[in-house]
Amino acid sequence: MITRFDEIMGRRGEIMRGALGMDYSRFERSPIAFDYEAMMSDHGYSLDDIVAIQTTAGVGNTPLLELRNITDLVRSISEAGKGARIFVKDEAANLAGAFKDRRASVSIHVAKEKGYDGVIAATSGNYGAAVASQAARYGLKCIICQETFDSRHIGQPEIVEKARVCEAYGAEVVQMTVGPELFFHMLELLDQTGYFAASLYSSFGVSGIETLGLEISREMRALTGADPTACVITHAGGGNTTGTARGLQRAGATTTQIVSASVDLSGLHMASDTDFNRKSFTTGHTGFGVPFATWPDRADVPRNAARPLRYIDRYLTVTQGEVFYVTEAMAKLEGLERGPAGNTAMAAAMSLAREMPRAATVVVQETEYTGAGKHHWAQLNFAREMGVEVRCGDPADNKPGTVIVIPERPEQLQAKDFDLLRMRKSYVRNAVKAAPADYVPTAADVAFLAADTNTDAATVEAMLAELREA
Amino acid sequence: MNEPQRACPGDWVEVERMILDPSQRSKNLPPETAAKPLMMWVKGFALSDGALGEEMTVETMTGRTVAGTLSAINPGYFHTFGKPIPELAHVGRDLRARLTAFRAQGGAR
Repeated sequence: MITRFDEIMGRRGEIMRGALGMDYSRFERSPIAFDYEAMMSDHGYSLDDIVAIQTTAGVGNTPLLELRNITDLVRSISEAGKGARIFVKDEAANLAGAFKDRRASVSIHVAKEKGYDGVIAATSGNYGAAVASQAARYGLKCIICQETFDSRHIGQPEIVEKARVCEAYGAEVVQMTVGPELFFHMLELLDQTGYFAASLYSSFGVSGIETLGLEISREMRALTGADPTACVITHAGGGNTTGTARGLQRAGATTTQIVSASVDLSGLHMASDTDFNRKSFTTGHTGFGVPFATWPDRADVPRNAARPLRYIDRYLTVTQGEVFYVTEAMAKLEGLERGPAGNTAMAAAMSLAREMPRAATVVVQETEYTGAGKHHWAQLNFAREMGVEVRCGDPADNKPGTVIVIPERPEQLQAKDFDLLRMRKSYVRNAVKAAPADYVPTAADVAFLAADTNTDAATVEAMLAELREA
Repeated sequence: MNEPQRACPGDWVEVERMILDPSQRSKNLPPETAAKPLMMWVKGFALSDGALGEEMTVETMTGRTVAGTLSAINPGYFHTFGKPIPELAHVGRDLRARLTAFRAQGGAR
Protein backbone atom coordinates (compact mmCIF):
# COMPACT_ATOMS: atom_id res chain seq x y z
CA MET A 1 0.00 0.00 0.00
CA ILE A 2 1.31 3.45 -0.90
CA THR A 3 1.13 5.64 2.21
CA ARG A 4 0.78 9.42 2.23
CA PHE A 5 4.43 9.53 3.34
CA ASP A 6 5.57 7.42 0.34
CA GLU A 7 3.40 9.41 -2.08
CA ILE A 8 4.85 12.79 -1.05
CA MET A 9 8.42 11.52 -0.78
CA GLY A 10 8.05 9.95 -4.25
CA ARG A 11 7.21 13.40 -5.65
CA ARG A 12 10.06 15.05 -3.75
CA GLY A 13 12.05 15.99 -6.88
CA GLU A 14 9.06 17.51 -8.66
CA ILE A 15 7.89 19.48 -5.59
CA MET A 16 11.36 20.86 -4.86
CA ARG A 17 11.92 21.84 -8.52
CA GLY A 18 8.82 24.01 -8.42
CA ALA A 19 9.64 25.39 -4.99
CA LEU A 20 13.28 26.27 -5.68
CA GLY A 21 12.69 27.94 -9.03
CA MET A 22 15.91 26.32 -10.26
CA ASP A 23 16.61 23.18 -12.30
CA TYR A 24 19.58 21.46 -10.70
CA SER A 25 19.79 18.78 -13.40
CA ARG A 26 21.59 21.29 -15.64
CA PHE A 27 24.66 21.11 -13.39
CA GLU A 28 24.93 17.32 -13.23
CA ARG A 29 27.94 15.92 -15.07
CA SER A 30 27.89 12.24 -14.02
CA PRO A 31 26.40 10.05 -11.27
CA ILE A 32 29.13 11.51 -9.02
CA ALA A 33 30.19 14.91 -10.34
CA PHE A 34 28.39 18.20 -10.86
CA ASP A 35 29.53 21.70 -11.78
CA TYR A 36 29.63 23.39 -8.37
CA GLU A 37 30.80 26.81 -9.52
CA ALA A 38 28.20 26.93 -12.31
CA MET A 39 25.51 26.19 -9.71
CA MET A 40 26.87 28.85 -7.35
CA SER A 41 26.91 31.58 -10.00
CA ASP A 42 23.66 30.60 -11.73
CA HIS A 43 21.65 33.25 -9.83
CA GLY A 44 23.58 35.88 -11.76
CA TYR A 45 24.29 38.15 -8.77
CA SER A 46 27.79 39.55 -8.38
CA LEU A 47 29.20 40.01 -4.89
CA ASP A 48 28.46 43.74 -5.26
CA ASP A 49 24.83 42.92 -6.14
CA ILE A 50 24.58 40.83 -2.97
CA VAL A 51 26.08 43.63 -0.86
CA ALA A 52 23.43 45.97 -2.35
CA ILE A 53 20.60 43.49 -1.63
CA GLN A 54 21.79 43.13 1.96
CA THR A 55 22.22 46.87 2.50
CA THR A 56 18.58 47.36 1.46
CA ALA A 57 17.59 44.45 3.69
CA GLY A 58 19.28 45.96 6.77
CA VAL A 59 21.84 43.17 6.90
CA GLY A 60 25.64 43.12 7.14
CA ASN A 61 28.35 45.63 8.03
CA THR A 62 28.36 44.40 11.61
CA PRO A 63 31.07 45.63 14.01
CA LEU A 64 34.39 43.80 14.16
CA LEU A 65 35.58 44.08 17.76
CA GLU A 66 38.99 43.37 19.22
CA LEU A 67 38.67 41.39 22.47
CA ARG A 68 41.59 42.81 24.43
CA ASN A 69 40.57 41.28 27.75
CA ILE A 70 39.99 37.80 26.34
CA THR A 71 43.32 38.10 24.48
CA ASP A 72 45.18 39.01 27.69
CA LEU A 73 43.42 36.21 29.54
CA VAL A 74 44.68 33.76 26.91
CA ARG A 75 48.18 35.27 27.10
CA SER A 76 48.14 34.87 30.88
CA ILE A 77 47.91 31.09 30.40
CA SER A 78 50.15 30.79 27.31
CA GLU A 79 53.88 30.15 26.95
CA ALA A 80 56.04 33.26 26.58
CA GLY A 81 55.50 34.93 23.21
CA LYS A 82 52.28 33.03 22.55
CA GLY A 83 48.66 34.20 22.53
CA ALA A 84 47.24 35.58 19.29
CA ARG A 85 45.03 38.69 19.21
CA ILE A 86 41.36 37.66 19.19
CA PHE A 87 38.63 39.54 17.32
CA VAL A 88 34.94 38.87 16.92
CA LYS A 89 32.47 39.84 14.22
CA ASP A 90 29.37 40.83 16.17
CA GLU A 91 26.79 39.27 13.87
CA ALA A 92 24.14 39.62 16.58
CA ALA A 93 23.91 43.21 15.31
CA ASN A 94 22.09 41.99 12.18
CA LEU A 95 18.38 42.72 11.90
CA ALA A 96 17.12 39.42 13.35
CA GLY A 97 20.21 38.81 15.47
CA ALA A 98 22.48 36.40 13.61
CA PHE A 99 24.60 35.81 10.49
CA LYS A 100 21.63 33.82 9.19
CA ASP A 101 20.16 37.16 8.11
CA ARG A 102 22.78 37.23 5.34
CA ARG A 103 21.52 33.88 4.11
CA ALA A 104 17.83 34.75 4.34
CA SER A 105 18.18 38.18 2.73
CA VAL A 106 19.30 36.71 -0.61
CA SER A 107 16.81 33.82 -0.55
CA ILE A 108 13.86 36.10 0.16
CA HIS A 109 15.01 38.62 -2.44
CA VAL A 110 15.03 35.79 -5.02
CA ALA A 111 11.57 34.58 -3.89
CA LYS A 112 10.18 38.08 -4.39
CA GLU A 113 11.88 38.51 -7.80
CA LYS A 114 10.54 35.18 -8.99
CA GLY A 115 7.00 36.15 -7.98
CA TYR A 116 6.29 33.68 -5.18
CA ASP A 117 3.55 34.64 -2.66
CA GLY A 118 5.35 33.16 0.29
CA VAL A 119 8.32 31.21 1.60
CA ILE A 120 8.79 28.07 3.68
CA ALA A 121 11.84 26.98 5.63
CA ALA A 122 12.45 23.98 7.86
CA THR A 123 14.62 25.23 10.72
CA SER A 124 14.56 25.27 14.50
CA GLY A 125 17.19 27.97 14.76
CA ASN A 126 18.23 31.51 13.93
CA TYR A 127 17.54 30.94 10.23
CA GLY A 128 13.80 30.85 10.97
CA ALA A 129 13.94 34.27 12.60
CA ALA A 130 15.99 35.58 9.69
CA VAL A 131 13.57 34.25 7.07
CA ALA A 132 10.55 35.53 9.00
CA SER A 133 12.12 38.98 9.42
CA GLN A 134 13.10 39.31 5.76
CA ALA A 135 9.72 37.94 4.59
CA ALA A 136 8.03 40.64 6.68
CA ARG A 137 10.14 43.34 5.00
CA TYR A 138 9.45 41.98 1.51
CA GLY A 139 5.71 41.51 2.18
CA LEU A 140 5.84 37.75 1.67
CA LYS A 141 3.94 35.14 3.67
CA CYS A 142 6.12 32.84 5.70
CA ILE A 143 5.85 29.36 7.21
CA ILE A 144 8.59 28.05 9.50
CA CYS A 145 8.60 24.30 10.28
CA GLN A 146 10.31 23.49 13.57
CA GLU A 147 11.26 20.34 15.44
CA THR A 148 10.30 21.76 18.86
CA PHE A 149 9.02 19.14 21.30
CA ASP A 150 9.72 15.65 22.55
CA SER A 151 6.75 13.26 22.68
CA ARG A 152 5.82 14.63 26.13
CA HIS A 153 5.32 18.07 24.54
CA ILE A 154 8.33 19.48 26.40
CA GLY A 155 9.97 22.13 24.24
CA GLN A 156 13.67 22.91 23.95
CA PRO A 157 13.80 26.46 25.42
CA GLU A 158 15.97 27.84 22.64
CA ILE A 159 13.55 26.53 19.99
CA VAL A 160 10.50 27.76 21.90
CA GLU A 161 12.10 31.22 21.92
CA LYS A 162 12.74 30.93 18.19
CA ALA A 163 9.05 30.14 17.62
CA ARG A 164 8.15 33.25 19.59
CA VAL A 165 10.39 35.50 17.55
CA CYS A 166 9.19 34.02 14.23
CA GLU A 167 5.60 34.66 15.31
CA ALA A 168 6.58 38.17 16.39
CA TYR A 169 7.70 38.74 12.76
CA GLY A 170 4.32 37.48 11.50
CA ALA A 171 5.32 33.98 10.44
CA GLU A 172 3.14 30.90 10.79
CA VAL A 173 5.14 28.47 12.91
CA VAL A 174 4.42 24.77 12.50
CA GLN A 175 5.82 23.03 15.58
CA MET A 176 6.44 19.32 15.55
CA THR A 177 7.73 16.48 17.67
CA VAL A 178 11.12 14.85 17.04
CA GLY A 179 11.74 13.19 13.71
CA PRO A 180 13.26 13.65 10.27
CA GLU A 181 9.73 13.58 8.78
CA LEU A 182 9.73 17.34 9.39
CA PHE A 183 11.04 17.39 5.82
CA PHE A 184 8.05 15.33 4.64
CA HIS A 185 5.61 17.79 6.17
CA MET A 186 7.52 20.72 4.68
CA LEU A 187 7.11 19.07 1.25
CA GLU A 188 3.36 18.70 1.92
CA LEU A 189 3.17 22.41 2.76
CA LEU A 190 5.20 23.42 -0.32
CA ASP A 191 2.88 21.27 -2.45
CA GLN A 192 -0.20 22.79 -0.84
CA THR A 193 0.86 26.46 -0.94
CA GLY A 194 3.16 26.75 -4.00
CA TYR A 195 5.55 28.82 -1.84
CA PHE A 196 9.30 29.20 -2.36
CA ALA A 197 11.56 26.77 -0.48
CA ALA A 198 13.99 29.07 1.35
CA SER A 199 16.43 26.21 1.86
CA LEU A 200 19.45 26.75 4.07
CA TYR A 201 21.46 24.89 1.47
CA SER A 202 20.58 26.70 -1.77
CA SER A 203 23.19 28.70 -3.65
CA PHE A 204 21.18 31.85 -2.80
CA GLY A 205 21.60 31.41 0.94
CA VAL A 206 25.24 30.34 0.87
CA SER A 207 26.16 33.20 -1.52
CA GLY A 208 24.68 35.56 1.05
CA ILE A 209 27.31 34.50 3.60
CA GLU A 210 30.20 35.40 1.28
CA THR A 211 29.83 39.06 2.28
CA LEU A 212 30.83 38.06 5.82
CA GLY A 213 34.21 36.79 4.61
CA LEU A 214 34.60 39.88 2.45
CA GLU A 215 33.92 42.24 5.38
CA ILE A 216 36.32 40.36 7.67
CA SER A 217 39.18 40.68 5.19
CA ARG A 218 38.55 44.38 4.56
CA GLU A 219 38.12 45.25 8.24
CA MET A 220 41.16 43.26 9.39
CA ARG A 221 43.32 44.91 6.72
CA ALA A 222 42.14 48.30 7.96
CA LEU A 223 42.66 47.44 11.63
CA THR A 224 45.86 45.38 11.54
CA GLY A 225 47.24 45.83 8.04
CA ALA A 226 46.76 42.18 7.11
CA ASP A 227 44.20 39.42 6.63
CA PRO A 228 43.58 37.31 9.73
CA THR A 229 45.95 34.43 10.40
CA ALA A 230 42.96 32.22 11.20
CA CYS A 231 39.20 32.54 10.97
CA VAL A 232 37.25 30.33 13.38
CA ILE A 233 33.74 29.40 12.30
CA THR A 234 30.95 27.74 14.28
CA HIS A 235 30.11 24.74 12.15
CA ALA A 236 26.80 22.90 11.78
CA GLY A 237 25.36 22.21 8.32
CA GLY A 238 28.45 23.70 6.66
CA GLY A 239 26.97 26.84 5.09
CA ASN A 240 28.71 29.16 7.53
CA THR A 241 32.11 27.61 6.79
CA THR A 242 31.51 27.46 3.03
CA GLY A 243 30.16 30.99 2.61
CA THR A 244 32.71 32.67 4.90
CA ALA A 245 35.64 30.84 3.30
CA ARG A 246 34.44 31.69 -0.21
CA GLY A 247 34.07 35.33 0.78
CA LEU A 248 37.59 35.41 2.22
CA GLN A 249 38.94 33.86 -0.98
CA ARG A 250 37.07 36.37 -3.13
CA ALA A 251 38.55 39.18 -1.04
CA GLY A 252 42.02 37.74 -1.73
CA ALA A 253 42.58 36.46 1.81
CA THR A 254 44.20 33.29 0.54
CA THR A 255 46.54 32.77 3.49
CA THR A 256 43.86 32.80 6.20
CA GLN A 257 43.50 29.40 7.84
CA ILE A 258 39.87 28.19 7.86
CA VAL A 259 39.12 26.57 11.21
CA SER A 260 35.66 25.10 11.78
CA ALA A 261 34.45 24.37 15.30
CA SER A 262 31.56 22.30 16.66
CA VAL A 263 30.29 21.31 20.07
CA ASP A 264 30.96 17.63 20.60
CA LEU A 265 27.62 15.82 20.91
CA SER A 266 28.99 12.35 20.22
CA GLY A 267 26.83 9.55 21.59
CA LEU A 268 23.54 11.40 21.15
CA HIS A 269 21.19 10.37 18.32
CA MET A 270 19.75 13.30 16.38
CA ALA A 271 16.42 11.52 15.72
CA SER A 272 15.98 10.21 19.26
CA ASP A 273 12.92 11.32 21.18
CA THR A 274 14.76 10.85 24.48
CA ASP A 275 18.10 12.42 23.46
CA PHE A 276 16.36 15.47 21.94
CA ASN A 277 16.04 17.45 25.15
CA ARG A 278 19.40 16.31 26.55
CA LYS A 279 21.55 17.91 23.84
CA SER A 280 21.72 21.40 25.44
CA PHE A 281 22.71 22.73 22.00
CA THR A 282 20.36 23.05 19.05
CA THR A 283 23.03 23.88 16.48
CA GLY A 284 26.77 24.30 16.00
CA HIS A 285 27.27 20.69 17.04
CA THR A 286 28.84 17.55 15.60
CA GLY A 287 25.39 15.96 15.15
CA PHE A 288 24.99 18.21 12.11
CA GLY A 289 28.63 19.05 11.48
CA VAL A 290 29.94 15.57 10.76
CA PRO A 291 27.09 14.01 8.72
CA PHE A 292 26.60 17.11 6.57
CA ALA A 293 30.32 17.53 5.85
CA THR A 294 30.72 13.87 4.95
CA TRP A 295 27.56 13.79 2.82
CA PRO A 296 26.32 17.31 1.97
CA ASP A 297 23.74 16.07 -0.52
CA ARG A 298 21.60 14.64 2.27
CA ALA A 299 20.09 18.17 2.40
CA ASP A 300 16.68 19.30 1.12
CA VAL A 301 18.10 20.48 -2.23
CA PRO A 302 19.37 18.11 -4.97
CA ARG A 303 22.89 19.54 -4.64
CA ASN A 304 23.99 21.27 -1.46
CA ALA A 305 25.75 24.63 -1.90
CA ALA A 306 27.36 24.11 1.53
CA ARG A 307 30.38 21.88 0.85
CA PRO A 308 32.70 22.59 3.80
CA LEU A 309 35.37 19.98 3.05
CA ARG A 310 36.36 22.15 0.08
CA TYR A 311 37.49 24.84 2.49
CA ILE A 312 38.22 23.52 6.01
CA ASP A 313 41.89 23.49 7.01
CA ARG A 314 41.25 22.30 10.54
CA TYR A 315 38.13 21.02 12.39
CA LEU A 316 38.06 21.50 16.17
CA THR A 317 35.54 20.22 18.68
CA VAL A 318 34.83 21.68 22.10
CA THR A 319 32.70 20.41 24.98
CA GLN A 320 29.33 21.79 26.07
CA GLY A 321 30.77 22.93 29.41
CA GLU A 322 33.62 24.83 27.71
CA VAL A 323 31.18 26.78 25.53
CA PHE A 324 28.96 27.73 28.48
CA TYR A 325 32.05 28.81 30.45
CA VAL A 326 33.30 30.97 27.58
CA THR A 327 29.82 32.45 27.08
CA GLU A 328 29.87 33.57 30.71
CA ALA A 329 33.44 34.89 30.29
CA MET A 330 32.49 36.91 27.19
CA ALA A 331 29.77 38.71 29.15
CA LYS A 332 31.92 39.32 32.23
CA LEU A 333 35.16 40.33 30.48
CA GLU A 334 34.02 41.91 27.24
CA GLY A 335 30.52 43.18 27.94
CA LEU A 336 29.19 40.96 25.18
CA GLU A 337 26.26 38.88 26.36
CA ARG A 338 25.49 36.65 23.40
CA GLY A 339 23.85 33.31 22.62
CA PRO A 340 25.79 30.16 23.57
CA ALA A 341 25.71 28.31 20.23
CA GLY A 342 27.39 31.24 18.47
CA ASN A 343 30.20 31.12 21.04
CA THR A 344 31.25 27.62 20.01
CA ALA A 345 33.93 29.11 17.75
CA MET A 346 34.98 31.47 20.58
CA ALA A 347 35.75 28.52 22.86
CA ALA A 348 37.80 26.92 20.09
CA ALA A 349 39.53 30.23 19.29
CA MET A 350 40.73 30.72 22.88
CA SER A 351 42.31 27.27 22.77
CA LEU A 352 43.78 27.88 19.30
CA ALA A 353 45.16 31.35 20.14
CA ARG A 354 47.27 29.83 22.93
CA GLU A 355 49.27 27.89 20.34
CA MET A 356 49.85 30.90 18.10
CA PRO A 357 52.41 33.74 18.35
CA ARG A 358 51.33 37.10 19.77
CA ALA A 359 51.65 38.74 16.37
CA ALA A 360 49.06 36.36 14.89
CA THR A 361 45.35 37.25 14.67
CA VAL A 362 42.27 35.09 15.09
CA VAL A 363 38.82 36.22 13.99
CA VAL A 364 35.74 34.53 15.42
CA GLN A 365 33.30 35.28 12.65
CA GLU A 366 29.96 35.39 14.44
CA THR A 367 27.92 36.01 17.54
CA GLU A 368 24.16 35.49 17.86
CA TYR A 369 21.52 37.29 19.92
CA THR A 370 20.54 36.04 23.35
CA GLY A 371 17.30 36.18 25.29
CA ALA A 372 14.93 34.17 27.46
CA GLY A 373 15.32 30.47 26.60
CA LYS A 374 18.19 31.20 24.25
CA HIS A 375 20.78 31.72 26.94
CA HIS A 376 23.40 29.58 28.63
CA TRP A 377 21.65 29.81 32.00
CA ALA A 378 18.35 28.70 30.44
CA GLN A 379 20.10 25.78 28.76
CA LEU A 380 21.85 24.67 31.94
CA ASN A 381 18.70 24.97 34.07
CA PHE A 382 16.81 22.98 31.45
CA ALA A 383 19.57 20.35 31.27
CA ARG A 384 19.23 19.81 35.03
CA GLU A 385 15.45 19.47 34.70
CA MET A 386 16.03 16.81 32.03
CA GLY A 387 18.25 14.83 34.40
CA VAL A 388 21.64 15.92 33.06
CA GLU A 389 24.23 16.50 35.78
CA VAL A 390 25.90 19.93 35.78
CA ARG A 391 29.10 20.34 37.78
CA CYS A 392 32.50 22.04 37.86
CA GLY A 393 35.56 20.02 36.98
CA ASP A 394 37.77 18.91 34.13
CA PRO A 395 35.98 19.40 30.78
CA ALA A 396 37.56 16.14 29.59
CA ASP A 397 34.94 14.44 31.80
CA ASN A 398 32.04 16.09 29.92
CA LYS A 399 29.65 13.44 28.53
CA PRO A 400 26.89 14.73 26.21
CA GLY A 401 23.42 13.95 27.55
CA THR A 402 24.78 12.73 30.91
CA VAL A 403 27.06 15.33 32.47
CA ILE A 404 28.01 18.88 31.54
CA VAL A 405 31.32 19.80 33.15
CA ILE A 406 32.03 23.52 33.55
CA PRO A 407 35.79 24.21 33.59
CA GLU A 408 37.24 25.51 36.86
CA ARG A 409 40.09 27.41 35.20
CA PRO A 410 40.77 28.80 31.70
CA GLU A 411 43.84 26.52 31.40
CA GLN A 412 41.38 23.66 31.04
CA LEU A 413 39.98 24.97 27.74
CA GLN A 414 41.33 22.52 25.20
CA ALA A 415 39.78 22.12 21.76
CA LYS A 416 40.32 18.75 20.11
CA ASP A 417 41.28 18.16 16.47
CA PHE A 418 38.78 16.09 14.52
CA ASP A 419 40.42 13.82 11.95
CA LEU A 420 39.81 15.57 8.61
CA LEU A 421 41.28 12.73 6.57
CA ARG A 422 38.69 10.40 8.06
CA MET A 423 35.94 12.85 7.09
CA ARG A 424 37.29 13.13 3.54
CA LYS A 425 37.38 9.35 3.18
CA SER A 426 33.87 9.11 4.52
CA TYR A 427 32.71 11.72 2.00
CA VAL A 428 34.27 9.82 -0.92
CA ARG A 429 32.66 6.59 0.30
CA ASN A 430 29.25 8.28 0.44
CA ALA A 431 29.66 9.83 -3.02
CA VAL A 432 30.50 6.44 -4.53
CA LYS A 433 27.62 4.81 -2.64
CA ALA A 434 25.16 7.35 -4.09
CA ALA A 435 26.10 6.32 -7.66
CA PRO A 436 24.77 3.10 -9.27
CA ALA A 437 26.55 -0.02 -7.97
CA ASP A 438 28.28 -0.81 -11.29
CA TYR A 439 29.38 2.77 -11.99
CA VAL A 440 33.13 3.22 -12.41
CA PRO A 441 34.39 6.73 -11.50
CA THR A 442 36.06 8.54 -14.42
CA ALA A 443 39.04 10.89 -14.35
CA ALA A 444 36.57 13.80 -14.29
CA ASP A 445 34.89 12.27 -11.21
CA VAL A 446 38.26 11.96 -9.50
CA ALA A 447 38.97 15.63 -10.24
CA PHE A 448 35.56 16.57 -8.82
CA LEU A 449 36.08 14.51 -5.66
CA ALA A 450 39.54 16.04 -5.21
CA ALA A 451 38.04 19.54 -5.40
CA ASP A 452 35.15 18.59 -3.12
CA THR A 453 37.54 17.24 -0.47
CA ASN A 454 40.33 19.80 -0.99
CA THR A 455 42.82 17.03 -1.81
CA ASP A 456 44.41 15.90 -5.08
CA ALA A 457 43.75 13.21 -7.67
CA ALA A 458 46.33 10.82 -6.21
CA THR A 459 44.75 11.02 -2.75
CA VAL A 460 41.28 10.35 -4.16
CA GLU A 461 42.60 7.46 -6.30
CA ALA A 462 44.10 5.93 -3.14
CA MET A 463 40.78 6.33 -1.29
CA LEU A 464 38.90 4.70 -4.17
CA ALA A 465 41.37 1.79 -4.24
CA GLU A 466 40.87 1.32 -0.50
CA LEU A 467 37.08 1.23 -1.03
CA ARG A 468 37.41 -1.37 -3.81
CA GLU A 469 39.47 -3.60 -1.52
CA ALA A 470 36.97 -3.26 1.33
CA MET B 1 -7.95 34.15 37.31
CA ASN B 2 -9.38 31.14 35.51
CA GLU B 3 -8.15 30.47 32.00
CA PRO B 4 -10.95 30.42 29.40
CA GLN B 5 -12.05 26.90 28.42
CA ARG B 6 -13.95 27.89 25.26
CA ALA B 7 -12.88 29.80 22.18
CA CYS B 8 -15.10 32.02 20.07
CA PRO B 9 -14.74 32.60 16.32
CA GLY B 10 -11.84 35.01 15.72
CA ASP B 11 -9.98 34.10 18.91
CA TRP B 12 -6.22 33.43 18.59
CA VAL B 13 -5.79 29.75 19.44
CA GLU B 14 -3.59 26.70 18.92
CA VAL B 15 -4.65 23.35 17.47
CA GLU B 16 -2.91 19.99 17.73
CA ARG B 17 -2.90 17.39 14.97
CA MET B 18 -1.30 14.03 14.38
CA ILE B 19 0.74 14.14 11.15
CA LEU B 20 1.81 10.47 11.07
CA ASP B 21 0.83 7.59 13.34
CA PRO B 22 3.67 5.25 14.31
CA SER B 23 2.88 2.81 11.46
CA GLN B 24 3.20 5.59 8.86
CA ARG B 25 6.52 6.95 10.09
CA SER B 26 9.86 6.85 8.32
CA LYS B 27 11.86 3.63 8.62
CA ASN B 28 15.27 3.72 10.35
CA LEU B 29 14.09 5.70 13.37
CA PRO B 30 15.42 4.83 16.81
CA PRO B 31 12.80 2.69 18.61
CA GLU B 32 11.89 5.37 21.17
CA THR B 33 10.96 7.75 18.32
CA ALA B 34 9.35 5.11 16.06
CA ALA B 35 6.91 4.16 18.83
CA LYS B 36 5.46 7.68 19.01
CA PRO B 37 3.20 9.51 16.55
CA LEU B 38 4.54 12.59 14.77
CA MET B 39 2.53 15.46 16.28
CA MET B 40 2.08 19.05 15.10
CA TRP B 41 0.86 22.29 16.68
CA VAL B 42 -0.01 25.50 14.86
CA LYS B 43 -1.68 28.77 15.88
CA GLY B 44 -4.41 30.65 14.08
CA PHE B 45 -7.77 32.41 14.33
CA ALA B 46 -10.63 30.13 15.40
CA LEU B 47 -13.25 29.67 12.67
CA SER B 48 -15.91 28.36 15.07
CA ASP B 49 -16.87 28.02 18.74
CA GLY B 50 -15.23 25.21 20.63
CA ALA B 51 -13.96 23.94 23.95
CA LEU B 52 -10.43 22.76 24.73
CA GLY B 53 -10.06 19.20 23.44
CA GLU B 54 -12.74 19.61 20.76
CA GLU B 55 -12.19 19.54 17.02
CA MET B 56 -11.75 22.96 15.47
CA THR B 57 -10.54 24.59 12.26
CA VAL B 58 -8.29 27.64 12.36
CA GLU B 59 -7.06 30.12 9.79
CA THR B 60 -3.29 30.54 10.21
CA MET B 61 -1.25 33.72 9.65
CA THR B 62 -0.65 32.71 6.02
CA GLY B 63 -4.37 32.10 5.43
CA ARG B 64 -4.23 28.29 5.47
CA THR B 65 -7.07 26.44 7.15
CA VAL B 66 -5.91 23.70 9.50
CA ALA B 67 -8.18 21.31 11.39
CA GLY B 68 -7.14 19.83 14.73
CA THR B 69 -7.93 19.54 18.39
CA LEU B 70 -8.15 22.84 20.27
CA SER B 71 -5.05 22.71 22.51
CA ALA B 72 -4.70 26.29 23.80
CA ILE B 73 -6.56 29.61 23.78
CA ASN B 74 -4.44 32.75 23.39
CA PRO B 75 -1.26 30.72 23.99
CA GLY B 76 1.61 32.59 25.65
CA TYR B 77 5.37 32.26 25.99
CA PHE B 78 6.72 31.32 29.37
CA HIS B 79 10.35 30.41 28.69
CA THR B 80 12.80 32.22 30.96
CA PHE B 81 16.46 32.67 31.84
CA GLY B 82 15.92 30.79 35.09
CA LYS B 83 18.08 31.08 38.17
CA PRO B 84 21.78 31.94 37.97
CA ILE B 85 23.96 28.87 37.58
CA PRO B 86 26.06 28.41 40.75
CA GLU B 87 28.79 26.60 38.76
CA LEU B 88 29.26 29.78 36.68
CA ALA B 89 29.04 32.27 39.53
CA HIS B 90 32.83 32.33 40.07
CA VAL B 91 33.77 32.90 36.44
CA GLY B 92 33.53 36.69 36.24
CA ARG B 93 35.22 37.34 39.58
CA ASP B 94 38.07 34.87 38.99
CA LEU B 95 38.84 35.88 35.44
CA ARG B 96 38.84 39.61 36.23
CA ALA B 97 41.26 38.95 39.10
CA ARG B 98 43.56 36.94 36.81
CA LEU B 99 43.55 39.73 34.25
CA THR B 100 44.41 42.34 36.85
CA ALA B 101 47.27 40.22 38.20
CA PHE B 102 48.63 39.49 34.71
CA ARG B 103 48.62 43.16 33.75
CA ALA B 104 50.17 44.19 37.08
CA GLN B 105 53.12 41.88 36.30
CA GLY B 106 53.53 43.56 32.93
CA GLY B 107 52.47 40.40 31.07
CA ALA B 108 50.27 42.29 28.67
CA ARG B 109 53.22 44.18 27.16
